[in-house]
Amino acid sequence: MKFAVAPGPHTAPIASVSLTMRRVLYALTPAALAHVWFFGSGFAINFFVAAVTALVAEAAVLKLRRRPTRVPLRDGSAIVTAALLAFAIPPLTPWWIPAFGAAAAIVVAKHMYGGLGRNLFNPAMVGYVVLLVSFPAELTQWIPPRMGDLDYQHLGFLAHLVYSLTSTLPPDFTIDALTRATPLDLVKEGLRSAQTYTEIRAGSLFGGVAGRGWEWINSFIALGGLYLLYTGTIRWHIPIMLLAGLLVPATLLWLIDADSFATPGFHLFSGATLLGAFFIATDPVSAAESDRGRLIYGAGIGLLTYCIRTWGGYPDGMAFSVLLMNSAVPLIDRYTRPRIYGRD
Amino acid sequence: MLEYTPDRRPTGGLRLPAHKEASTAQPIARGFVPRRLILALQQHQGPATTPVVSPGDRVLKGQVVARARALRSAAVHASTSGHVRAIEDRLVPSVHAVHRTRCIVIDADGEDEPLAPGKSARWPKDPERQLKRIRDGGIVGLGGGVFPTAEKLGIHTPCKALIINGVECEPYISCDDVLMREEAEGIIDGALIMRDILSAPECIVAIERDKPQAIEAILEAGRASGDTALKLADIPTIYPTGGERQLVEMLTGEEVPSTHYPSEIGYICQNVGTAFALHRLVRAGQPLLSRIVTVAGDGVARPQNVDTPIGTPISELIEFCGGYRGEVDRLIVGGSMMGYALPNDEMPITKGGNCIIVAARSEVRQDFSERYCIRCGNCGTACPARLLPQELLRAARSDDHEMLDEFGLTDCIECGCCDVICPSQIPLTEVFRNAKFAHARYQRQHVFSAETQQRYQRHRERQRADARRGKDLQDNLRHEVETDEAAKQRAIEAAIKRARQRRSHDADRD
Repeated sequence: MKFAVAPGPHTAPIASVSLTMRRVLYALTPAALAHVWFFGSGFAINFFVAAVTALVAEAAVLKLRRRPTRVPLRDGSAIVTAALLAFAIPPLTPWWIPAFGAAAAIVVAKHMYGGLGRNLFNPAMVGYVVLLVSFPAELTQWIPPRMGDLDYQHLGFLAHLVYSLTSTLPPDFTIDALTRATPLDLVKEGLRSAQTYTEIRAGSLFGGVAGRGWEWINSFIALGGLYLLYTGTIRWHIPIMLLAGLLVPATLLWLIDADSFATPGFHLFSGATLLGAFFIATDPVSAAESDRGRLIYGAGIGLLTYCIRTWGGYPDGMAFSVLLMNSAVPLIDRYTRPRIYGRD
Repeated sequence: MLEYTPDRRPTGGLRLPAHKEASTAQPIARGFVPRRLILALQQHQGPATTPVVSPGDRVLKGQVVARARALRSAAVHASTSGHVRAIEDRLVPSVHAVHRTRCIVIDADGEDEPLAPGKSARWPKDPERQLKRIRDGGIVGLGGGVFPTAEKLGIHTPCKALIINGVECEPYISCDDVLMREEAEGIIDGALIMRDILSAPECIVAIERDKPQAIEAILEAGRASGDTALKLADIPTIYPTGGERQLVEMLTGEEVPSTHYPSEIGYICQNVGTAFALHRLVRAGQPLLSRIVTVAGDGVARPQNVDTPIGTPISELIEFCGGYRGEVDRLIVGGSMMGYALPNDEMPITKGGNCIIVAARSEVRQDFSERYCIRCGNCGTACPARLLPQELLRAARSDDHEMLDEFGLTDCIECGCCDVICPSQIPLTEVFRNAKFAHARYQRQHVFSAETQQRYQRHRERQRADARRGKDLQDNLRHEVETDEAAKQRAIEAAIKRARQRRSHDADRD
């Protein structure tokens, strides 16, 4: 009897890119729902706009590059980029903000470097930073979370949609009355103007350890991160070292002077700390390749984030830290190659 | 017998579905006599054997049909009685691929008539004669490497430990497991014989933790032997911890240097099947006539382990196991990771043939559509040799031979872990296998061209030196003609001297 031959190994593959991306999206779902609960439907609208833009941009560039479109469009990587971007931008924002960010992420950060797998920088973070430096006003317009303010007014889905499309609010609202500084902004400004951390913490925007609402969203992010660790989608090196890089200096300085430095708990549950640790810095394409390299890479991001938050010009520093460490990856890889078995 | 758990964790590796339940559910099937034998003259790593029978001869079970002439060889025996039909070239499964090699084809007569044991059946005392007996007994490493056992046991470096390998980590293969369950005493006895030949201070039997019955049987046999140098190490169930290099690292913490054998640092690894074969040779005078073969997969009616005469055509073995069932997609010799697909079932079971997988469509890889590398690094994490397969891939695809050296192409053991874990289905193992050929060719050419260049340089230097000398000679002659007789005489003498010198110089050079 004759048989067809095929090269080994014959065991069927036990992983796939689309499975990885699907798991990342599952892991983000609880946090996304929490986001919608606390900040209204803006997140959903932004995610939708970003995802559609990302897919259209991906298809267009692949066509221009004369590459097959079916596999890259279905692997889910563009959707993940859109989701991360939606978490990074304010919920109440005109539609072209997520659209512009997603387009920049896909076209500039991803395809100009050769497509998925070749990009030096994290696409979602490039998209976010492009927005941050181009449209700083829109990117700082955060609304307070549900129950986060004495005169909290809830905006419905329709109001969010209308604002997204036309940049107009319902008659009784004005954008200035509606928007608030984020907890990270408040702490940064407060400490700069010689308030003590305890005084700042007393504001109504704060909850148990960090910003009201934020601490819940970030807890769900951490939950999603644990799911990714449990399923083996990501490995512990980057998240643990990133958190250590941020929390070790935060704890030390807070112990030295509790009045002028925020608590480690505040740092952990504010801004993009947990999103960065579990979802952004763990992007394999732009991270270091070896385990040892990933320890350095993660710690570097955490440390840089702490420095930017504490002494730098921006309230959060996750995006810049990730991009800076992205640029250091070739160097890290060069010096952290594992020693081959049986060689000196 | 001491049982212990090594305190090291294996480097890399994967936990894979075992697929061993079906074949281990029943005892070893024995007493199978095939209708035909195809005995390859080269079933081991080393020079081929020389046939000592001719077509038409009647041969008996256990009779030598091809003798080992070289030191690194092992004899081949008729595994049942019959008539030699032909000696011809055939395709035969070898260690890494199908090879065309000379084979003795025997039509069995079904009588299975054994050769009467000769006078020399007693086991000799002299080590050299012991090794010769092992070579003539046709014993080779049965774990799949088919390294001649006599050569491995005849190593001159002092042996620190003998490692009996019963790890059997590759999916589907279970021949060692069932052999340990059923023949533990023989295995322990064979191991002790090996230990005596090597004068090894300790002997470690390594078994994977997912084989509790085998562990129990070996422990019992080890205790019964009363030998205190025996130890049993239970090994975590992670593929490919059973690889020689990985096992040495796991058990001793020492690494086998690149391009060296474990025996060169004092560790001798022998498969449990080899130990059992040696036991039978020493205690019963029986050469290697059969081996346990796992017949597995959803495409065979009765998956089981069969005590299979060496040289049995695979088609007959599958027939013995109830024949094909359903649609068979692939016929694999070896396990599902390092085994390879056969184009037909007319080839024989050789000494290294530990497993035949008759695979249905659903159990083997079907999707060969390669995607882009996303640098996830899982390949590096899974690599037991601590390579960076993603970097090697880049180097291999761009034919960058310096990078291939730097990233350790030749240290790749082709275990297939990177391939199976790759989320983008990149055929890494196949790329590396091909790159190894290209790399070896490149290095040969590189060395060859460097040598040619040097030879040419030396040639040019000689030419220049000769030209210089020739010019000097002419100048001198012209000068000498113009001087007096005495000077002429001196010049002649000088010329003779120079000629002598040149002659001796030429002689040196030659």
